[in-house]
Amino acid sequence: MTDFTTMQILAPVRLGRPFELTADGLLDRLRLTLVSAAYAASFVPSLALAILTVLCLALGPALGLGILLAQAVVPATAGLTALHRRVSGRLLDEEITPGYARSGEVAALVRPVRWMRDPARWRNVGFLWFSASGGFAMSLLPVALLTLPVTWLILAVTASGWIWLLLLVLSGPALVAWWFVTPPLVRARALAERAMLGDSRVTRLEQRVEQVEESRAETLDHNAAEVRRIERDLHDGAQARIASVGMNVGLAEKLVRTDPDAAAALLREARETTMDALDDLRSVVRGIHPPVLADRGLAGAVQALALALPVPTSVAVEVPRLPAPVESAAYFAVAECLANTVKHAAASRAWVTGRYDGDRLRITVGDDGRGGADATGSGLAGVARRLDAFDGDVRVLSPAGGPTLVELEVPCRTA
Amino acid sequence: MRAVLAEDQALLRVGLTRILEAGGIEVVEAVDNAPSLARALAREDIDIAVVDVRLPPTHTTEGLEAATAVREARPAFPVLVLSQWVEPLYARQLLAGGEGSIGYLLKDRVADVDAFLAAVRQVADGGTVLDPEVVAALVSARSRPLDRLTDREREVLTLMAEGRSNAAIAARLVVTEKAVGKHTNNIFAKLDLPQASDDNRRVLAVLAWLDGR
Repeated sequence: MTDFTTMQILAPVRLGRPFELTADGLLDRLRLTLVSAAYAASFVPSLALAILTVLCLALGPALGLGILLAQAVVPATAGLTALHRRVSGRLLDEEITPGYARSGEVAALVRPVRWMRDPARWRNVGFLWFSASGGFAMSLLPVALLTLPVTWLILAVTASGWIWLLLLVLSGPALVAWWFVTPPLVRARALAERAMLGDSRVTRLEQRVEQVEESRAETLDHNAAEVRRIERDLHDGAQARIASVGMNVGLAEKLVRTDPDAAAALLREARETTMDALDDLRSVVRGIHPPVLADRGLAGAVQALALALPVPTSVAVEVPRLPAPVESAAYFAVAECLANTVKHAAASRAWVTGRYDGDRLRITVGDDGRGGADATGSGLAGVARRLDAFDGDVRVLSPAGGPTLVELEVPCRTA
Repeated sequence: MRAVLAEDQALLRVGLTRILEAGGIEVVEAVDNAPSLARALAREDIDIAVVDVRLPPTHTTEGLEAATAVREARPAFPVLVLSQWVEPLYARQLLAGGEGSIGYLLKDRVADVDAFLAAVRQVADGGTVLDPEVVAALVSARSRPLDRLTDREREVLTLMAEGRSNAAIAARLVVTEKAVGKHTNNIFAKLDLPQASDDNRRVLAVLAWLDGR
């Protein structure tokens, strides 16, 4: 069956003008009857899964068998309901999303606990029973209304006997009923499925809150780690160097009369150490908030960043001044991507493009290197974490052999 | 005098070694981490340990713990703790034994080479040397009762808490030693402190009072 015909068969249900007898209307009702037959046929897997679910719950924690069985039954239910969501969604011309709680990241044996707590999974189970009972009946009705007269017709033609003819005449009203009830029944079924299988606004909000909580925790962790890093950098770098300058100068002061040469050498060393201390301070400051970012905004800062790279990097970032936190997050994200390019990509050139449409900041960092960048690697994961705080997104396209493209997107309204 | 030195940053380890050697103190071992320090502190032929608070492996308070541990094994073994910042809480831990021969200084103080060497000798002789920063923090924390003291008395108290003798205080404030003696008596009377002739006990009394214990 080609895509085109499925599109036709699953075109949205229209309940217009039931009193006009047209060829189109007839075709439409025939395809809806086919859909209804499919809905009704789903009774078989639904009932099987419904019974297995009851078994899972009965065997459940006591024997552990339930947990093992659930590993097959729950995903199978998810598969079946996904198919129904697609079909009903097409008929209603909207997308129906399941809104399951996340269970992928926990161990398989713990997953049933998550499933038990997830209202969306329970609604799936409810759907199974509906599909095996009332849903089955309502979907069978259009099929029965159409096939009954057709059956009599076939029998009247093939088997001799006036009885079939009589039955055929008597079943005329069934055809009339079929004409009128098929579209509303199919639509009703689709609506019922949407109510059972679609996620509720509450669930969506719950998920959103969960997401926000997670990203907040990550942001806080990230910030705490940053602060610790800065503290260590200062302690081990500038602070230690300045202390050593003090020691050298103090010792020189002590030796200046007795051993002027040694004192001079100590002072020279102290002067050099002072330079290093200033270097350290500068690099710490750059790590906190690069001065060029404060002065020139994202475009200028990325330009400055590109100039310092060993890989030739072209920059086309045309964005206005954005709020400082967004600028900073985007800048460090770009810096991380370019650092990855320099470290791993073996690229001959790299490029950064950026634009802002008044609503979202979009930046692409690319290189013509060897590709195969790992989006879950610590660097890129760090970038994702940084942008998570702003509901930002990172997409990594890096086929083996390159080129690598990292697309960063940050929603940002107040320019 | 023979010393063990523990400092993880090479620059400062070299600087400290130079300064101690210039003051005639032989650095028999200069280590850069806590396990090596523990080994070095077991040596019988040393008179003092000069240790940094932060040492590998964890870069937290290894030096402090080493000082506490060695003084449990060898009571009143002289330890001078150096740090890039001072923390009254750590001072309290170091002073807890009340037996003196302990020092706690900012690394910045090392730049005043003679004063630093004097502090090392003071600790080796059983004295107590506390960084003015610690004392200042303690004094400001106990500011209210100190209102009874005159400004000059407060200066004397602060210098006393740093472990200086009457003679040193007199030299610092450019007054006679007799005048300092009079101030100290007034301070002890005003703060209800036990009179003590021995410099170190006097320091500890003041510190105990400042520390609110």
